[in-house]
Amino acid sequence: MLNIVIIKSMDLNKMKAWQLLKLLRKKEVSSYEITDAVFKRIEERKFINAYISIFKEYALKGAREIDEKYNKGEIQNNHFIAGIPIAIKDNICFKGYPTTCGSRMLEKFIPPYDATVIKKVNFHGGVIIGKTNMDEFAMGSSTETSHFGPTLNPHNPDYIPGGSSGGSAAAVADFQAVLALGSDTGGSIRQPAALCGVVGLKPTYGLVSRYGLVAFASSLDQIGTFARDVKDTALLLNVIAGYDSKDSTSVNIEIPNYLQEIEKGIKNFKVGVPKEYFVEGIDKEVREKVENLIKKLEKEGAIIEETSLPHTEYAIADYYIIAPSEASSNLARYDGVKYGYRSNTPSSDKNLIEMYFNTRCEGFGAEVKRRILIGTYSLSSGYYDAYYLKALKVRTLIKQDFDEAFKKYDCLITPTSPTPAFRLGEKLDDPLKMYLSDIFTISANLAGIPGISIPVGKSSNNLPIGAQLLAAHFQEKKLLQIAYIAEKLVEKEI
Amino acid sequence: MEYEAVIGLEVHVQLNTTTKIFCNCSTEFGAAPNTNVCPVCMGLPGVLPVLNEEVLKKAILAGLALNCEIAEFSKFDRKHYFYPDLPKNYQISQYDLPIAKNGYLDIKTGGTKKRIRIRRLHMEEDAGKLLHSEINGVNYSYVDFNRTGVPLIEIVSEPDISTPEEAHLYLSLLKNRMRYIEVSDCNMEEGSLRCDANVSVRPKGASQLGVKTEVKNMNSFKAVEKALAYEIRRQIKLLEEGEKIVQETRLWNSTKEVTISMRSKEEAHDYRYFPEPDLVPIIVDKKWVEELKATLPEMPDTKFERYVKEFNIPENNAEVITSEKDIALFFEECCKYYDNYKSISNWILSEILQYLNKTQKKITELKNLTPQNFVSLVKMVDKGEITSRVAKDIAPEIIEKGTTAEKIVEDKGLKQVSDASEIEKLVDEVISEEVEAVEKYKSGKTTVIGYLVGKVMRKSKGKANPKIVTELFQKKLL
Repeated sequence: MLNIVIIKSMDLNKMKAWQLLKLLRKKEVSSYEITDAVFKRIEERKFINAYISIFKEYALKGAREIDEKYNKGEIQNNHFIAGIPIAIKDNICFKGYPTTCGSRMLEKFIPPYDATVIKKVNFHGGVIIGKTNMDEFAMGSSTETSHFGPTLNPHNPDYIPGGSSGGSAAAVADFQAVLALGSDTGGSIRQPAALCGVVGLKPTYGLVSRYGLVAFASSLDQIGTFARDVKDTALLLNVIAGYDSKDSTSVNIEIPNYLQEIEKGIKNFKVGVPKEYFVEGIDKEVREKVENLIKKLEKEGAIIEETSLPHTEYAIADYYIIAPSEASSNLARYDGVKYGYRSNTPSSDKNLIEMYFNTRCEGFGAEVKRRILIGTYSLSSGYYDAYYLKALKVRTLIKQDFDEAFKKYDCLITPTSPTPAFRLGEKLDDPLKMYLSDIFTISANLAGIPGISIPVGKSSNNLPIGAQLLAAHFQEKKLLQIAYIAEKLVEKEI
Repeated sequence: MEYEAVIGLEVHVQLNTTTKIFCNCSTEFGAAPNTNVCPVCMGLPGVLPVLNEEVLKKAILAGLALNCEIAEFSKFDRKHYFYPDLPKNYQISQYDLPIAKNGYLDIKTGGTKKRIRIRRLHMEEDAGKLLHSEINGVNYSYVDFNRTGVPLIEIVSEPDISTPEEAHLYLSLLKNRMRYIEVSDCNMEEGSLRCDANVSVRPKGASQLGVKTEVKNMNSFKAVEKALAYEIRRQIKLLEEGEKIVQETRLWNSTKEVTISMRSKEEAHDYRYFPEPDLVPIIVDKKWVEELKATLPEMPDTKFERYVKEFNIPENNAEVITSEKDIALFFEECCKYYDNYKSISNWILSEILQYLNKTQKKITELKNLTPQNFVSLVKMVDKGEITSRVAKDIAPEIIEKGTTAEKIVEDKGLKQVSDASEIEKLVDEVISEEVEAVEKYKSGKTTVIGYLVGKVMRKSKGKANPKIVTELFQKKLL
């Protein structure tokens, strides 16, 4: 009886996926009702600008089809998210619908193929509702560099939602989606998850296929999840994890059922607290909230020790050589010849070089151009050894720091972001300040390890704060088990 | 002053895999533009390359056939330059860790062996093709991406080549070896073999290298020889006139037969190579390399030497026969059934190769042709059972239908007539008919005998033993 009360409310969109799935399986709600509720919310809260495009007709039709399948008993337990509305970051190719990467360059680009994660979402019955806003080509930490305008933080629209997956984070936080996919190259899932108060997971490099993810920095990019709790995170990871023969860097390992595993729990785990992540410059309230979680974990029986990742201070510099270098290469294909934007500016003598020049000048925004320039410079002959090659060596040292730490600890705990969300425009004109907001998340990408951000409370002005948990390569099971415990410990704070 | 040239060749060989290097698209030549394409070879946003294992296998085979060391650890790199036929604006290639290196080919020049060292062999993807046309006075450029992602190997020699002739010898040996191991058909006209050259000259005997130019756009073996000869002459002339040679890339113009400057060193690309992050390093199992090595056939140049030494056949015959593996194998099979190797080689050259040339077929397409039957033909000629004339006439039937020579000869009554009395009748007939020629002979123009013998041959339908016919004429017209 109680269920019916819930169902009748307009709050279907506010429920977790695992709760909705229970109701769907009992046929107490329909996917159509859930999806419809989500679209109502999207329409009410358009000003958040979480989406670049929404597919209402497509999604409602898809929801009806899923409902029919439920009715016919065609939905199996291995259809992990059947009927759940899910938002997709707009750098993941979805066949037949625009995939813009938040850029004028790809404003009208319609991919003729599906990314592997899209195929998986479809197989598992997820209802794709739209493509979310992002920093242009995922370059940014505030979703302000999008060609389609900034996304606003649902907790306070004067603030940024974080980035680059700010649209996905805001959509899930604002109940405009139940689940969302994002991508994380230097913190682009974890940082906006922290700033919007949701759970964001960047899996191990190689756990989730990158096929169909528009590349920013290939050796760092990883698709991951946004959800409103750890259980939903495990559920969505079940959907997207796994080897893909189309991605040579994906790893062929056995994938556990993460959802079942987290409920089994974990005991006597050891947590390292890297001292380099609790230094001057970090916001006082952020520090307090993360330390509060650490204390609670200790009380719960976890062994907590201070540790050190000595090469942490080089992470940002290292990242800003490697990521732009790869980006300068990956973004070379946007030249106006084959697809996407082509400049209409008449060139003096219809010269090819001028067409390239005008197209790339007009099609890319300032931050993208800045990174292409940095990357082109550091790969240039005469500079390669001093920059790119050296950066690769530093990257190895950073990775070794983690390898050492994970010999002793099951996970590491750090703040996700040094501050809560900042005001719109506050750092947009100061790239160095902007880059520093990823200071705690970048290392995980350089090392290829998994990281998760979970909400641990709010600042005095009501902005969410996140803690980051990091684990060794392919230890998502353990990471989620610990995150699940941590989430329960700080439940009351949120 | 006398000068010498220093030449190094960069050869691109298109591998004959059925699918492209990083996707499943067909590599078929000549398909309608932009039909053999997919998101991967088009470099659409979000796609990733996956290495075709056949490409790796063929590259290793090629490395082994060129006496290279195969790298246990190798990787791909991105080579950047903007051009409309290159969809990603970078080419996936190999930079500092190629799949094979330190090989060589021994060419034979003027009776002596010369070793041309091979610095490296690496795998890469081909680019597309640009087509230009003018419609109503407006210029349009079109891109065909069918060739994009077709696998190539690039083979870089050391500058051990001294003359255009040596360049030709090196190229043709390389081509033959690639064809023997069946990794490419190496057709220069179709572009499955392409060659660029680095050329410099220096005073003969000098140890320091001169300033080099890179010569491109040579579309045939002949063009390579001509272009190199031209470029060497051009450089020597400059030096003799006290001018300096500029380091640059030059294009061979085959109509004007000159090389023309394309771009200077200052304009040269900075390719900004870096390791391809979308592909994992290639780790080659030593055992696999050994297995592949064991499958290598005997190489054409080794066969050539063996044929000359073991079979004692003329060098020219050996060269022609070994230039095609299947013909060489056919020759070797024939030699199992008959030991007049020279005769076999002659008849292969004259009959089989001519037939193949005329019909534009490959020897493997001649399903009915067997070494035994072919040898039977050669044997009959050698034993004097049929005349060469008859052998030539019936050869196509043996080649096409596989009938034995004996059967054709018997069915058609083509056995050589060596019975003097039978031939004598025909000789007498001709003497009485060809009064004028007979007179000429008698007056001392003995060369006319060939004409007279021919008449008898015609009357005998080629069966008369020409030796006996000649002898009879000589006796009777004394």
